[in-house]
Amino acid sequence: MNKQINQKAWLLVLPVVVLVAFNAVIPLMTVVNYSVQETFGDNVFFWEGVGWFEQVLQSPRFHDALLRQMLFTGLVLVIEVPLGLIIALAMPRKGFWVSVCLVLMALPLLIPWNVVGAMWNIFALPEIGLLGKGLNNLGFDYNYTRQPVTAWFTTVLMDVWHWTSLVVLLCYAGLVSIPDDYYRAAKIDGASAWAVFRYIQLPKLKRVLTIAILLRFMDSFMIYTEVKVLTGGGPGNATTFLSIDLDKMALGQFDLGPAAAMSLIYFLIILLFSWLFYTLMMRNEAQ
Amino acid sequence: MEGTSLIAWMAWTWQTAIFFVFVASCLIAMTIWELRVPGGGPRRGILGLDTTRGDRLFITLLGSAYIFLAWLGIMGTPLWAPFGISLVYGFAVFRWA
Repeated sequence: MNKQINQKAWLLVLPVVVLVAFNAVIPLMTVVNYSVQETFGDNVFFWEGVGWFEQVLQSPRFHDALLRQMLFTGLVLVIEVPLGLIIALAMPRKGFWVSVCLVLMALPLLIPWNVVGAMWNIFALPEIGLLGKGLNNLGFDYNYTRQPVTAWFTTVLMDVWHWTSLVVLLCYAGLVSIPDDYYRAAKIDGASAWAVFRYIQLPKLKRVLTIAILLRFMDSFMIYTEVKVLTGGGPGNATTFLSIDLDKMALGQFDLGPAAAMSLIYFLIILLFSWLFYTLMMRNEAQ
Repeated sequence: MEGTSLIAWMAWTWQTAIFFVFVASCLIAMTIWELRVPGGGPRRGILGLDTTRGDRLFITLLGSAYIFLAWLGIMGTPLWAPFGISLVYGFAVFRWA
């Protein structure tokens, strides 16, 4: 039987295409236009060529922000993915506690990002915050508003608190979808808990784990609101990640040309990694 | 394009307009190609990926952007050399990837 080719379905996606055109494509085109010009306001522009790209790519400021961003994303992935997997494995599969655990896990995800930043800002304050005051009373020298290391510690801890649940929920969904027959077969063969994890659960979780890593990578690479509220990129530039740096450049200094160039470079980095993850995911699936 | 123009806020220049016309023409050309030879010409190339010609165009454009950025970051202007490298790269991707 010949497969019918019906192109009318394209009409149904037209509203989305129009929506995306107005909220993504046209602003992106404008950013491209800004990136090759200099403006002092009043909608007057001067041609600059690729000068801004050259300036951004060769500036130590951009290199540092990129390095901090990669370190942050790396740390977040290294902590959140295994932790999320462990929590998902430890969660009950049947009974009353399932809903309790799921609701508890979903709670951090429901809180607006700026509220998360504000909560942690107060929670970690060395004079009055429970975490800050507590750590200082225990004898640690903790002040995230002044020490880069503790600012990093607080930022990473906040992200882990906020987003590990996402990994947990994805892994849990993957785990409950494994048919019981696999576990029965493993039991008959006398497989150890480790063998069950290694040869049944982990391969079955490959897909959700890839999605979890992709989501966490993109979100943490674009992190802005929480850090902006928690540390504002400080102390000094210690937690100035790419988006915070971009914000300082575009809105703080009103350097629209360099900021546009940096946005495009930032966009290309995200695009490359997203494509890589997507390709890997599709390849795994095909296999 | 004065302030009264509807698209004045987009700060167009003829150079960026050419860039977008090029991207749009690529998409139109790919559509015509697809209509004439449907199926996208899927194959597994030297990258070990299953690619259609749309994928190959994407890999070409993204890779070229990185070639230009790397050149700008390391060597600076002028950009004729990365332009040449990108053309060779694009040809290689469409031929072998």
